[in-house]
Amino acid sequence: MHTRRFRILTLVLALSMVFLAGCTAKPTGGTGTPIKIGGIGPLTGGAAVYGSSVANGAKIALEEVNALGGLQFELNFQDDEHDAEKSVNAYNTLKDWGMQILCGTVTTTPGIAVSTEAFKDRIFTLTPSASSTKVIEGKDNVYQLCFTDPNQGIASAQYIADNKLGTKIAIIYNNADAYSTGIYEKFISEAAGNNLEVVSTTTFTEDTANDFNVQLTEAKNAGADLIFLPIYYQPASLILTQADAMGYAPKFFGVDGMDGILTMENFNTELAEGVMLLTPFAADAKDERTVDFVAKYQEAYKEIPNQFAADGYDCIYAIYEACTKAGITADMDAATICDKMIAAFTASDFSVDGLTGENMTWSKTGEVAKAPKGMVIENGVYVGMN
Amino acid sequence: MTFLSYLISGLSLGSVYAIIALGYTMVYGIAKMLNFAHGDVIMVGGYMSFIATAHLGWPPLASVLLAMVVCTALGIVIERFAYKPLRAAPSLAVLITAIGVSYFLQNAALLIWSSNPKSFTSIVRLPSLKLFDGELTVSSVAIVTIISCIIIIIALTFVIGKTKIGKAMRAVSEDKEAAQLMGISVNQTISVTFAIGSALAAIAGVLLCSAYPILMPTTGSMPGIKAFTAAVFGGIGSIPGAFWGGLLLGMIEIFGKAYISTELSDAIVFSILIIVLLVKPTGLMGKKISEKV
Repeated sequence: MHTRRFRILTLVLALSMVFLAGCTAKPTGGTGTPIKIGGIGPLTGGAAVYGSSVANGAKIALEEVNALGGLQFELNFQDDEHDAEKSVNAYNTLKDWGMQILCGTVTTTPGIAVSTEAFKDRIFTLTPSASSTKVIEGKDNVYQLCFTDPNQGIASAQYIADNKLGTKIAIIYNNADAYSTGIYEKFISEAAGNNLEVVSTTTFTEDTANDFNVQLTEAKNAGADLIFLPIYYQPASLILTQADAMGYAPKFFGVDGMDGILTMENFNTELAEGVMLLTPFAADAKDERTVDFVAKYQEAYKEIPNQFAADGYDCIYAIYEACTKAGITADMDAATICDKMIAAFTASDFSVDGLTGENMTWSKTGEVAKAPKGMVIENGVYVGMN
Repeated sequence: MTFLSYLISGLSLGSVYAIIALGYTMVYGIAKMLNFAHGDVIMVGGYMSFIATAHLGWPPLASVLLAMVVCTALGIVIERFAYKPLRAAPSLAVLITAIGVSYFLQNAALLIWSSNPKSFTSIVRLPSLKLFDGELTVSSVAIVTIISCIIIIIALTFVIGKTKIGKAMRAVSEDKEAAQLMGISVNQTISVTFAIGSALAAIAGVLLCSAYPILMPTTGSMPGIKAFTAAVFGGIGSIPGAFWGGLLLGMIEIFGKAYISTELSDAIVFSILIIVLLVKPTGLMGKKISEKV
């Protein structure tokens, strides 16, 4: 009896080990010891699409950078299942591995926990996509590659007002999520100054994220002509489906969390037709670098990269350029690298051209400056709005 | 009109909870254990139907049958290998095993189907019903869910009240030892209970995913917990209790969201649960059983 119970337990444990294991990308070309970059993000769990995309994008950039023959890098990407506690565990694993620079975390809630640790340990951190200001607040060595949540909220409100997309706005957001709440708060305060009337504000949490009939009925009764969705794409897909079943067809406007909705298996992309979102990256852009990246990504991972993949890619390039500029070598310890990297990132002549923006620069607070692009979904693909 | 539309949403959500709660309550009533893996069997049912319709191109009804067959087999296997060996063990050990099985199923689903959410195509492919000159739109899934729930509860009441196996279930629930002395195979009865409970989970999974079309390895866990709450609310072990508990829970959740606050909907649901349990510790329809000394 006991042996059987033990067997089941072993099986459960063995399975969980499978998910703890991460993946390592080693340098392919050049010589010399590589600089160790740690990566953290969800590779499994509900937010896995973000983590996997970042990891895949970063790996492509890493191969390109190493092939240049200059500084060599090694990337060790660990899974955190979008969970703060597991994220800190992953961080500790990476520290034991000898991480010198952190490229993470991918999501906000774990990011707040991990950046606090990285600040204490003086490990330079560049997060590809953890967008809350709480991730960088008061931490001089934590930088963001993505827009901050307030910026997304402000930019969305301005974009809607400038392009006259709607006048009566309904908002549905996740009040248990720092990302969603952060964007919502800034959007509300910015909306007032832009003559946008917010007629309905409703919320949900992960636990109540299956029935949106109430929220949609409220928006409909309030006469909303545009629904702002500062949320991730999974609940957004439910909202689109349920609005369609109700026969309610307002405009939908999302933020970067909406990215991923088109790659959801079996999702009827007709429902997302006309959905607008602000994102820094468009896979259909015609510039040489984007075309090249999309082709490589499609070949390696059989899907069209989303903006998170581009964030991961840009992260590695930003680290590479800063390292080259600051003259960093693999034998330096993390704290030395950290100080040099801070100096490089905040230097007035430092800017990075990436897939997610030209001339990205950073302020001392860790925020990035770049311009968002408005996208609309047409015939199942993102198309630039302007 | 808005009230009516909320009422239908509530009834539809409540019906899903009720079907899941029936599985919890049957197993508890007969095997005296909380089968926390029930929510994950729902998820497996959802995936089976998804594979049948999206990958194999089967008609919706055939996919429901496949889900029921697979879940029934899964329920029997789980019972045979994880719970039966622990029949004599303290109830705490069985509870922990059930949690283990729940995690096992979730992680196995992660391995097989990956964590990427899948969009479930509703098995009900009829257009929404428009009433009162289009002022009230009722989705066809909601109607099918409510009707299925009523059919299931009638069928279940019939099986338990009128058939031989139902009699055996009642006897085992009443007193295991005495039932065994009367020539009833306790093990077989419990296996049948698991089989029925898991088949119900498959139906619940398909209906849940049709109404809320997103499928992930964790899809079953939250509705599972809510349905467990519904079963306790109605009086765990009582079949009509699970039905009314589920319906009420769904309606309280929707009305709480609609008329009080979307932020507090869960707080309202659980406050009402606490109040009901304070006044009536056995739940709405639970029987008070005096402990035998």
